[in-house]
Amino acid sequence: MEWVQQLVNGISLGSIYALIALGYTMVYGIIKLINFAHGEIFMIGAFVGFYAISGWGLGFFPALLLAMTVCALFGVIIERVAYRRLRNATRIAALITAIGISLLIQYVVIYFRGAQPEAYPNVLSNRSFDFFGAQISSQSLMILCTSIALMILLQFIVHKTKIGKAMRAVSHDMDAARLMGINVNTTISATFAIGSALAGAAGVFFGVYYTKIEPLMGVIPGLKAFVAAVLGGIGIIPGAMVGGLLLGVVETVVSALGYSLWRDAAAFIILILILLFKPSGIFGKNAREKV
Amino acid sequence: MKKFKGFWLFLILSVIVYGTVQVLMNTGILNNFYSNTLIFISINIILAVSLHLVIGITGQFSIGHAGFLAVGAYISAIVTMKLQLPFPIALLAGGICAALAGLVVGIPTLRLRGDYLAIATLGFAEIIRIVFLNIDAVGGAAGMQVSKLTTWTYTFICLFITIAVITNFTKSRHGRACISIRENEIAADAMGINTTYYKVMAFAIGSFFAGIAGGLYAHNFYIIQPAQFGFLKSFDILIFVVLGGLGSLSGAVISAILLTVVSTFLQGYPETRMIIYSLVLVLVMLYRPQGLMGTREITDLFKRKSVKGGN
Repeated sequence: MEWVQQLVNGISLGSIYALIALGYTMVYGIIKLINFAHGEIFMIGAFVGFYAISGWGLGFFPALLLAMTVCALFGVIIERVAYRRLRNATRIAALITAIGISLLIQYVVIYFRGAQPEAYPNVLSNRSFDFFGAQISSQSLMILCTSIALMILLQFIVHKTKIGKAMRAVSHDMDAARLMGINVNTTISATFAIGSALAGAAGVFFGVYYTKIEPLMGVIPGLKAFVAAVLGGIGIIPGAMVGGLLLGVVETVVSALGYSLWRDAAAFIILILILLFKPSGIFGKNAREKV
Repeated sequence: MKKFKGFWLFLILSVIVYGTVQVLMNTGILNNFYSNTLIFISINIILAVSLHLVIGITGQFSIGHAGFLAVGAYISAIVTMKLQLPFPIALLAGGICAALAGLVVGIPTLRLRGDYLAIATLGFAEIIRIVFLNIDAVGGAAGMQVSKLTTWTYTFICLFITIAVITNFTKSRHGRACISIRENEIAADAMGINTTYYKVMAFAIGSFFAGIAGGLYAHNFYIIQPAQFGFLKSFDILIFVVLGGLGSLSGAVISAILLTVVSTFLQGYPETRMIIYSLVLVLVMLYRPQGLMGTREITDLFKRKSVKGGN
C-alpha cells in the first residue's frame, strides 16, 4: 500500500511541475523562446504567497489569487521590457537574455532579502486519511484538486474564448494572424500573463507542500518543468500536463527506491533520452524543416 | 610566409608577457594576490577560448561547459592525488578525459539544434556534476583536497598552446568548415561538408581545453567540490564569449580579462557581482547583440589602420 501513497505524492509533485510546464510550453509555442525566467516567476509566486499568508494573515485561496495576479503582472512586464525587442533577433540572443533575466531576478531578490530560506506557514489543515490502506494527506489532495481545476480553466480559456483562439492562431503563424487583424502583442502579453499566473500558483503549492522556500528554489523545478514540457511535446498544452505528472511520478519512484541523490539526474536523463529518440515529445508530430 | 609572420609575432609577444610577469613575480613586485589573479585570468581565458570554438566558430550553443571543466578538474586531481603522477601528465589526462566526455556528449546531442542542443548540454553538465556528487572516492559533496601545483609557468604554457591551436584551427580548412556550419548549416551540408563530423570535432577540441583548464583550476584552489561546477559556472564562461562577441577570439580574451578583474574586485559582494553580470548580459543582448567585438578580431584593427596610412 506504500506504493499508492508514493503514487499520490508523485502526482502531487507532478501537478506542480505540470503547472510550471504549462507556462513554458505556452510561451515556447507562441514565440519559440525557452523562458528561463519562468522558474523565477515561480519563486516570486511562492514568496508573494508567503508574505500574504504570514504577513497579512490571508487565507490559502486569497493568497493564491494574489500570487497569481502579481506573477501575471510580472510576466507581462518581463515580456514587455526584455523579450519584445528580441522578437526578430536570433534564437541564441533571446535564450541568453532569458538566462540573464532569470539570474537578475534571483540575485535582486537575494540582494534585498538575503539568501536565507523561509519556513512556509501551515495554511491547509494537514489531516491525513485512509485510502485503501494508504495514508494520504489532505494537503496533497487539495493541491491536486486545485491544479486540476486550474488546468481545466486553462483548457477552457484556450479553446472557448476569443483570446484563446487568438493565442492558437498566433502560435500557428504569427504573420498570418497579424494579417487577419489579431493584435499579436496583446496576445503574447496574455500568454505570458496566463503562463506566469500558473507558475505563481505552482509556487504557492510548492511552498505549502515542501514548507521551505528560498530565492534559488526556482532553478531546479524550472529546469525540470522544462523537461516535462519537452517530454510531453513542447508547445502542446495537454502534453505539458501529462509530461509534468509523469516526471513527478518518475522522480518519486526513484526517490522511493532509495536513490534520492540521483533524483535530479533522472529528470535530465529522461530529457536526453527524449531529445535523442523522440525530440517532438509524446504528443508531438514531426514537422518537416523548410529551407 | 605571411601566415607565419603573425605566429612569430604572437610567439615573441607572449614570451615578453611571460618574461615580464615572471620577473615581476620573482622580484616580489607582484605579490601573491596579484599572481593568483593572473593565474585565474589565464584559466578563464582558456575556458573562454575553448567555448568560443564551440559557440563562436561552430555556432553550436552549448551551455554545459562547466561539465567538461569538472571532468578535467576531477580526473587531474585523481591523477596527482591518488596515483601520485606528475602534474603535466595530470593536465593531459584531464584534457583527454574531458575530450572523451565531449565525444560521448557531442555525438548524440549535436544532432539537435539551437535551443534543444542548449538544454541537452545543460542536462549533461548537470548529470556529470551529480555523478561526481555521488562518487564517494572523490569526496562527494564535501569535495576533494588537492595540493596547489598550478604555477604561472604551467598556466601560461597551457594558455599559449590553447590560443595557438584554436587560432590555427580556425584559420585551417577545418575551421572554415566550422564557420560555414555557423553561418548556415543546411547550406554547408549541401556543399558537401560533413557537418556532424566537424561539429563533434570542434566540440571535442573545446572540451579538451576545458579539461586542461579544469586541471589548472583544481590545482589552484586546494579543494574542488561538485557545487563549483554548476550551472552558474557554465554561465560565467558563456558570458565571456557572448560579451566579447560571438565569433571573436580576441573579444573572448578581452572580456575574460575584464570580467575576471571586475569579479575579483567584487569578491566580497557576490550578489552585486551577479546582478552586474546578468544586467550586462541582458543589456548587451538588447542593445548590442553582436557583443563588444562582433566577429572582428583585434588584429583587424591594425590592418585597417595600415591601409588608411597607405592611402
